Amino acid sequence: MSDPAASSTQSRLLHRLSHLLQRNWRSLVLFIPFFWLLLFFLAPFFIVLKISLAETIIASPPFTPMIEWVDEGIMHIRVVIDNYAYLWEDDLYAKTYLNSIKISSISTILCLLIGYPMAYAIVRSSHTTKHILLMLVILPFWTSFLLRVYAWMGLLADQGTINNLLIAIGIIDEPLRMLYTPFAVYVGIVYTYVPFMILPLYANMEKIDWTLLEAAADLGAKPMTTFFTVTLPITLPGIIAGSLLVFIPATGEYVIPDLLGGGNVLMIGRVLYNEFNANIDWPVASAVAIALLLLLVLPMMLYQHMQAKQVEAE
Amino acid sequence: MNNGRKSRFLFTATCFGIAFLYVPMILLIFYSFNKSRIVPVWGGFSTKWYGVLFESEEVWEAIALSLKIATVNASFAMILGTLAGLALVRFGRFKGRTLFSGMISAPLVMPEVITGLSLLLLFITLKEFVGWPDQRGFTTITIAHITFSMAYVAVIIQSRLTGMAQDLEEAAQDLGAKPLRVLIDITLPLLAPGMLAGWLLAFTLSLDDLIIASFVTGPGAVTLPILIYSRIRLGLRPDINALATIIILVVAIGVLVAAWVMFRQQKQRELELSMSEEA
Repeated sequence: MSDPAASSTQSRLLHRLSHLLQRNWRSLVLFIPFFWLLLFFLAPFFIVLKISLAETIIASPPFTPMIEWVDEGIMHIRVVIDNYAYLWEDDLYAKTYLNSIKISSISTILCLLIGYPMAYAIVRSSHTTKHILLMLVILPFWTSFLLRVYAWMGLLADQGTINNLLIAIGIIDEPLRMLYTPFAVYVGIVYTYVPFMILPLYANMEKIDWTLLEAAADLGAKPMTTFFTVTLPITLPGIIAGSLLVFIPATGEYVIPDLLGGGNVLMIGRVLYNEFNANIDWPVASAVAIALLLLLVLPMMLYQHMQAKQVEAE
Repeated sequence: MNNGRKSRFLFTATCFGIAFLYVPMILLIFYSFNKSRIVPVWGGFSTKWYGVLFESEEVWEAIALSLKIATVNASFAMILGTLAGLALVRFGRFKGRTLFSGMISAPLVMPEVITGLSLLLLFITLKEFVGWPDQRGFTTITIAHITFSMAYVAVIIQSRLTGMAQDLEEAAQDLGAKPLRVLIDITLPLLAPGMLAGWLLAFTLSLDDLIIASFVTGPGAVTLPILIYSRIRLGLRPDINALATIIILVVAIGVLVAAWVMFRQQKQRELELSMSEEA
């Protein structure tokens, strides 16, 4: 490397490289995350789609290939929609999808009923209280989701805290069955997802000009009228964002129905997981995933649209 | 009168809400000091379950694996998420922007079972065609975690960038700095707190993930949530209460310290600002 010619070539190369970087760094900044997401986020969906159109066989991998080369380069494309037909015909799946939507919708409404007054109270409180309350809402979000669900197993069990307490004060004689019922699933979903409702509501309410409410009151509107004609409409973007952030992931929830619902509460996330891991039926599991995705694509696009609008507004 | 009733309602609602969030966790901690093996039946104070917990080699291995994955994940997710956030906010319109912003925000709401299943099928397909990854475990879990964590980082960076005044960057540009210089010398240092917040969030998300990890893991790679899940599926266990107590305390202390540091920094900045205005 002591050769002056070589070192000059090297420095010229370095110069060229830095020049190239100077001019094209924008493409590089964009290319790296773009490529990552194409490979690890978008491509996998096409693979799921492909496998959902295959037949189940006992082999490794346990499905038929889509493209087969029959001799002399004749390509044979095999697409089977049996898995989707199976989902459609088997009542179990339709019921499970509907049940998932029912559970996540009711949970979303419950989260809204609990979260809305809380977000409102946080926004309207004084500076220091606001920070403390916000932190109290965010803190559970940083602790383990799994352990928060586990905490409710201890509360709701037949020998659990709630039953022990109710028996001790003499309200009931025998333990109430709460764990492994739909009730437990609702409690679990509301408990773990309520911060997702409060935070977007808070973010929305913080930007609101609250003198509007005073104006309405000054003009003689009753509190109820003010709430329905002023407060509710201006906080609607927050309500929608929070509801979507609860509804979408709750529909595909696996851990909560599994740990708190036992086998008694059918939810689609759990069916997918079991289809894949217990039944080793990859094509059906893939079809279940695609169907779930189709079910959620509208709310997801709505959420995406709202996010984009919010960024533009800023 | 009406106002008083309203604020009383709000106060009660908030108290109930906070109690709803915290009572289960407090009980979880309380029963970790229970002598009895049956979790919700109090049998006297004891710390023996902490001993039982840490005697287990499995627990230590799971903690080590989870921390390793979380650290690598957070670092990659921070870099990728920052690049993505920069591209989305500062590059104006470019080809494929809609697709890109869609791919960035979709992981935030995508059900985990779908992400997990699709990534596993990707890894299996890749192995079949290019021979990599030959074994599932640390690498595959880390890649899966980076993919969804970077979306969260990108959201943080996006909101920081849109909320940030651009006058320093403009000044540097006016003084003749090239765009890349401006990015490295001005924008990135200004973004540093957001990047740190993103790193911490990515770290926590990774430590917390059960579903995606259990899809893409392989034999022998047991993360902490996978271990906890396999134990609590069979019912309540006092040693898991002990583990939960440790996790909750570590997180609470971490969040409090972070909040305090940020609070002090803000105070400091306000002080500097008021002093420079006086001068």
